[in-house]
Amino acid sequence: MPKVTYIESSGTEHVVDAPVGQTVMEAAVKNAVPGIDADCGGACACATCHVYVDQAWAEKTGEASSMEMSMLDFANEVQDTSRLSCQIKITEELDGLVIRLPDSQH
Amino acid sequence: MNTNAINRVIIIGAGQAGGETAQRLRQGGFKGEITLIGEEAFPPYQRPPLSKKYLAGKVDMDRLLLRPASVYAEENISLLRDTRAVWIDRASKRVRLEGGRELSYDALVLATGAKPRALKLAGADLAGVHLFRTAADVDAMKAAFVPGARLVVIGAGYIGLEGAAVAREMGLEVTVIETAVRPLARVTSPEVAGFFLDEHTRQGVRFMLGGQPALIKGEARVTGVSLMNGTEIPADIVITGIGVTPETTLAEHCGLKVENGIVTDENCRTEDPAIYAIGDCANRPIAHYGGRQCRLESVHNAVEGAKLTAAAILGQKAATETPWFWSDQYDLKLQIAGLFNDYDHVVFRGAMSERSFAAFYYKDGRLIAVDAINKPGEFLGVKALIHKGLNVPPDVISDESRTMKEIVAAAG
Ligand SMILES: Cc1cc2nc3c(=O)[nH]c(=O)nc-3n(C[C@H](O)[C@H](O)[C@H](O)COP(=O)(O)OP(=O)(O)OC[C@H]3O[C@@H](n4cnc5c(N)ncnc54)[C@H](O)[C@@H]3O)c2cc1C
Ligand code: FES
Repeated sequence: MPKVTYIESSGTEHVVDAPVGQTVMEAAVKNAVPGIDADCGGACACATCHVYVDQAWAEKTGEASSMEMSMLDFANEVQDTSRLSCQIKITEELDGLVIRLPDSQH
Repeated sequence: MNTNAINRVIIIGAGQAGGETAQRLRQGGFKGEITLIGEEAFPPYQRPPLSKKYLAGKVDMDRLLLRPASVYAEENISLLRDTRAVWIDRASKRVRLEGGRELSYDALVLATGAKPRALKLAGADLAGVHLFRTAADVDAMKAAFVPGARLVVIGAGYIGLEGAAVAREMGLEVTVIETAVRPLARVTSPEVAGFFLDEHTRQGVRFMLGGQPALIKGEARVTGVSLMNGTEIPADIVITGIGVTPETTLAEHCGLKVENGIVTDENCRTEDPAIYAIGDCANRPIAHYGGRQCRLESVHNAVEGAKLTAAAILGQKAATETPWFWSDQYDLKLQIAGLFNDYDHVVFRGAMSERSFAAFYYKDGRLIAVDAINKPGEFLGVKALIHKGLNVPPDVISDESRTMKEIVAAAG
């Protein structure tokens, strides 16, 4: 099963097993990784699952849809590789993915 | 020793509000006992997908769970499934379960949710007639969701219309019966309701507006619905989505104040300082609306109640947000921020014809809410404005030469 590493803004790392077909948000929430609220449960409705994809993985995780981009426009501390983690599907190619978490979702 | 220390928390109702409370207590460092009592068979799960991806068969039950079932034991949360609480004794601070077992609490959280209103019609108990609230309800209706089957939805609220949209996408014939003259009458403006009516009609849904169901017909299984005016609509499945009533039986029996939900203060505390009430069953003052008492039915409200209650039990404070909600129908994403109820003016951005627009609601010149359809920026922008207590006049917000982001930034 692919592994994803989540790095909190404090530097604490969490390595979790992420089933193919689920999302980067789900793998975090199910494993109690702090820092992703995901209030809407992945419906792309709340923008509280904002993460930074590690530069090395930015291309492999694909592009944000226009809905997602409009939501990110209003997120805190947006960077080049900002994504909504509920919109990134886990695939075998994403084994080893590194995700950085923002300070806060609000 | 602190005699007021809270060592035992009981949560009645293992839905989204109850489940989030248990989780947030542990995340916040609560070391005492947590007992989470739920009458459903599943650990806490999310209801929104029930009328969306779960009904469509695109996600399974595992993905609806708030947390994996194993987490409760790992975090030492005693989750009692298939278990009903039947009595609260406030004097001795005890809860009795069906079967007679009694448990003591230092703090009690009522997260009992709401019950769907049942049709009071002959035939409402026939096989093939379904409520729309729980995973069990949806599991029971799913087998009949096959192409060509005839579905009648009674009640054109968000949940009923979401069900209608999924059914059309799966190739069912769909008729929606609504007693009001338009769909979504309680929850949005005539303009936005009209847009959804047109959209569903274009997708092939038949509407019986102003229709009064008289009788559900059938022998053992439903075969149709008769209206008061004599119209008969053949049906293989009937779904009722005519609203909910807050589940307040336990609270009433133990003498707590109940007025359209269990009445609480802004920290979700009832008049009994040891008892909190949250989620669909509770009626709480909403800070962003001048402390108006509101009973909201939304994920936001369930999660916020959980945050506030966990913080109060831990002796901390939690922040509140602008109330918000969403609904998915076909490829339309509706996002709502704020409470529109007493608006006196509405302005728009975007175009209904492009299926991407937002309706901004004003009261006495103040922006109070937005319905954004495929316009997430407008939703998040208004949510932020209301949260910060900022106002933007109607002529500024409807100025399409500026982006929503620019408008929000200029407001402060
Ligand atoms: C089909 C559907 C779609 C929805 N879609 C959306 C949406 O898109 N967006 C949104 O924001 N909101 C949506 N909602 C609303 C949202 O799901 C609810 O507001 C939220 O689930 C309320 O959470 P709750 O914990 O207060 O209540 P519930 O989820 O109803 O949980 C209460 C639980 O308590 C149990 N219970 C009650 N009494 C007892 C007792 N005495 N003993 C033991 N257990 C008891 C009940 O059986 C239930 O399991 C939807 C709701 C439904 C039904
Ligand atoms: S979880 Fe709500 S937008 Fe991702």
